[in-house]
Amino acid sequence: MTLVEETPTTTANKPPAAPTAAREGRRRENLAGYLFMSPWLAGFVLLTAGPMIASLYYAFTDYNLFTPPQWVGFDNFTTMFHDPRWQKSVQVTLTYVVVATPLKLLLALAVALLLAQKRRGQALYRAAFYLPSLIGASVSVGFVWRALFSDHAIVDRTQTVLGLHAGGWIGNPDYVLYALVALTIWQFGAPMVIFLAGLKQVPPELYEAAAIDGAGPLRRFWSITLPTISPVLFFNVLLESIHAFQVFGSAYVVSNTQCGPADATLVYTCYLYQKGFKESQMGFAAAMAWTLVIAVALVTAVLFWSQKKWVHYENETEAAK
Amino acid sequence: MTSATSPARPVARAARERRRTGSLAWHIGALAVLAVVLYPVVWVVGASFKPGKDIIGSLQLLPAHPVGDNFAGLADGISGISVGTFFANSLTYALLAVVGTVLSSSLTAYAFAKIRFAGRNLLFTLMIGTLLLPYHVLLIPQYVLFRRLELTDTLVPLVAGKFLATEAFFVFLMVQFMRGLPRELDEAARLDGCGHLRTYWSIVLPLSRPAVITSAIFTFINAWNDFMGPLIYLNTPSKYTVSLGLMMFRDQEGLSDYGGMIAMSMVALLPVVAFFLAFQRYLIDGMATSGLKG
Repeated sequence: MTLVEETPTTTANKPPAAPTAAREGRRRENLAGYLFMSPWLAGFVLLTAGPMIASLYYAFTDYNLFTPPQWVGFDNFTTMFHDPRWQKSVQVTLTYVVVATPLKLLLALAVALLLAQKRRGQALYRAAFYLPSLIGASVSVGFVWRALFSDHAIVDRTQTVLGLHAGGWIGNPDYVLYALVALTIWQFGAPMVIFLAGLKQVPPELYEAAAIDGAGPLRRFWSITLPTISPVLFFNVLLESIHAFQVFGSAYVVSNTQCGPADATLVYTCYLYQKGFKESQMGFAAAMAWTLVIAVALVTAVLFWSQKKWVHYENETEAAK
Repeated sequence: MTSATSPARPVARAARERRRTGSLAWHIGALAVLAVVLYPVVWVVGASFKPGKDIIGSLQLLPAHPVGDNFAGLADGISGISVGTFFANSLTYALLAVVGTVLSSSLTAYAFAKIRFAGRNLLFTLMIGTLLLPYHVLLIPQYVLFRRLELTDTLVPLVAGKFLATEAFFVFLMVQFMRGLPRELDEAARLDGCGHLRTYWSIVLPLSRPAVITSAIFTFINAWNDFMGPLIYLNTPSKYTVSLGLMMFRDQEGLSDYGGMIAMSMVALLPVVAFFLAFQRYLIDGMATSGLKG
């Protein structure tokens, strides 16, 4: 790397210095750029791009780690689409994404709106609400969740008082996924912090002007707040849904490593893990992984396409004026 | 604030009155959310001091007669392995991850933010693209790769990516920060004859301290909480991290006795909570900027 610091002695003794020196300078900038980038470049090639290609290849093979991969064409995909447990895992994952993501974001936005008011202790509340986002994915909290949602524990007792006699959610296939949803919603702090930063950017004059024009709080939220924070909302929706598709650790721990009972929390990656690392069906697991990539890419594409309709960027409104 | 307005004017008093009820409602709302958010945290602290058989059934948040049995039980270790071993393994993993991430991400970020080189925009787009890529598509081929290199059951597969800046989020965070540094600074360094390496090390990296600290703490916490990586790569119990140690506890003790498990869960959360208390501003500001500029 010391190369970068050396002065270009080679060009110094050549008479037509100006254009060569400029080209030399550019060449050195290129070299410096790629040298600084080299860790990332190596990582990208060896740990991202290369493995992606390898995984695409495995998806079309029968591969158990111990014998070389055998090309089987689309067999893995055909088997997968007809596999009732795969279908179940898709259903569980979609339910989880569709229920947990909007609820988490709604709560995050509601609490952000509350905290956006300048009050005493506001920073303290903000910090406290953020804490679950840091610990929520740990095995420890997974255990705590199992305990809280067990028979006779707090959630069971509370719902009994309210007249619902369902027992603990953990052992009940109809409810256990919602214990996982609750754990996800509990971690609303991270999107909340992003919403709060967005809310700070809303110019106060807009509210004052709207208030003078007689706009009520709902109207002001709908016509001023929401459009202004729509880029932040878009970012949160995109990131949270992509993450939700990939949930693993919490599901695995909360359901006691079984992703059940009765496959009730068999989220997509849980099944992928079972197939790949418990049953050594690497080809099948790779086919599952690529299907997930395509699904996530589709969701991302739809979100990006839809943003034209509902996301307002500052520069655009400036240009429109 | 209120002393400035004349208390005699009834309009001002009404406004103040209204503000006070608004404030009361605000605090009731915020406290309600706080109670739900902190309940599991306070619960785990209380439960770790309860006798094992009381943990599930007892609704007392904090035990009337705290006992240290659960922690005493931890001293025996799990299947002959001291609990300290798991913590030492997690600490090694987390510290290596921090060093790797900070070094590789800041070098890469410097290139993106401060050096004009051919292909920069394309590579930047590629890097942002990896942010959206589901990690699971890399899981199997990476496992095959590290298995062929006979590096499974070591920390190498867990930290290799950290030294190669595969955590695009932190590269992005640092690029944003470095772009915000005044250009005059590195131009001045240029004129003084500093090469890029000197400019990076003596000027840009020290000035990027907030972004570096944010990345370091997030990396530490992510590595500390990591479950899937160790689950896939580590097989020898003496090499297990805290996450896997906890799972061993569950296997050994069964689900009837939560005592030791909950005590160890509580201890496992302590470093993260400590980091949070010490650095919460860095963490929250880091999160906030990521959303705004994304």
